Amino acid sequence: MTVHFCVHDEGDSVGVVVVEGIKSGQALNGWIMDQDKMIAFNAKSDIPIGHKLAVRAIAAGDTIIKYGVDIGKAVKNIAAGEHLHVHNVKTKRW
Amino acid sequence: MGINLKNAAFEGWRRENGRMGVRNHVIILPVDDLSNAACEAVANNIKGALAIPHAYGRLQFGADLDLHFRTLIGTGSNPNVAGVVVIGIEPGWTGRIVEGIAKSGKPVEGFAIEQNGDINTIANASRAAYRMVKHASRLKKTRASMQELWVSTKCGESDTTSGLASCPTVGDSFDKLWQNGNTLVFGETTELTGGEHLVAERCRTPEIRAQFQAMFDRYQRVVETNKTNDLSESQPTKGNIEGGLTTIEEKALGNIQKIGKKCLVDGVLDKAEAPTHSGLWFMDSSSAAAEMVTLCAASGFAVHTFPTGQGNVIGNPILPVIKLTANPRTQRTMSEHIDVDVTGLLQRQMNMDEAGEALLDCIIRTADGELTAAELLGHREFSLTRLYESA
Repeated sequence: MTVHFCVHDEGDSVGVVVVEGIKSGQALNGWIMDQDKMIAFNAKSDIPIGHKLAVRAIAAGDTIIKYGVDIGKAVKNIAAGEHLHVHNVKTKRW
Repeated sequence: MGINLKNAAFEGWRRENGRMGVRNHVIILPVDDLSNAACEAVANNIKGALAIPHAYGRLQFGADLDLHFRTLIGTGSNPNVAGVVVIGIEPGWTGRIVEGIAKSGKPVEGFAIEQNGDINTIANASRAAYRMVKHASRLKKTRASMQELWVSTKCGESDTTSGLASCPTVGDSFDKLWQNGNTLVFGETTELTGGEHLVAERCRTPEIRAQFQAMFDRYQRVVETNKTNDLSESQPTKGNIEGGLTTIEEKALGNIQKIGKKCLVDGVLDKAEAPTHSGLWFMDSSSAAAEMVTLCAASGFAVHTFPTGQGNVIGNPILPVIKLTANPRTQRTMSEHIDVDVTGLLQRQMNMDEAGEALLDCIIRTADGELTAAELLGHREFSLTRLYESA
């Protein structure tokens, strides 16, 4: 079974797309690495390889968790399955 | 099945100071930018001699000048180097670098251009290079235990696959090498931002933790003092962002995977400073690939591991750089740059222990003399770190 995206830890807000050419609406297989579990998900955007999707609904101002650690804050609401990147998330440092 | 590092060995060159090298370079080292042309002419005359041109060395002062000397002396003293010809515009600073390298016990000779001109300098330095390459070609390889190999790491053009797979692969091999008693280094001070607490927790003693924190805090002040935005497109780089990394925190947490799960930080180093005992060292350094790898070489490291996501192509004149990637697009489009393919990790076709073993196997083969992708492609980036403007 192709792994379409990976999640470091099941508490994370995001997964990383690890195959090329993911299209909006596509059914995706996700691998939660730390707990070694598979999940199924639909993409809500076209997402390039290496880019992230939200694995839960996120509100503007929420902290984004990856590796179980704070990686920044949402500056817009982000739906589950939506592309999450510099257009909707910013650093809390610098 | 796994590699037994206690019994593993490689064949390299035992240098005069006891250190083991894995390459046998004779380098023609300029003190300053003005001497690059003469160095390149010498390397052109004598086959097997390698010029290492660079941009600096004039009117530097204070800590910045100390770093310049330390980096050039460290480069010449690196065990991958059999002998050194130093050329400078004038004899004073040339002599300082010659004296520094001579402490390693290896052959080194210096030449100054003033009162000689390029042509006589090139002739005299070429004769010295001729003797040194002859000498180096006679040196026999000897066998040494794996523990004697100094291994550095730094990642570049990282993306999210770096933190998922290629950096943890280095981490797995570093855990194994650390338990084996190897000497290891990582650095990239600003690229720990957001995960610095995790590195601090791994410091062996409160003293080391305080030293690490002081280095981290100092570098943060450099960013805070000079920044004009949130550093987006610089740190993370434009390439990192293209690869899906969104914030410095995310990039840092991927970067930190390179120190594995078990290694403790056994000490901290200033830039181009040599470790004084085995274990894992943190070097306060730039996160720019060529600067950091140049500093690792100057600190005496013999093999470098370099995870990449989007495909950084870096090499170094004297330090073999082993590249690994977990990004299937990079592996597909840039395979000639990649030594270890760990894309299987992301499709559950390879586990982390297997990936770490594949990297260790490549490290041993490289130490035995197998050329890396960067060596085959002629990548010899040599980039001196500057602390501030020249006088």
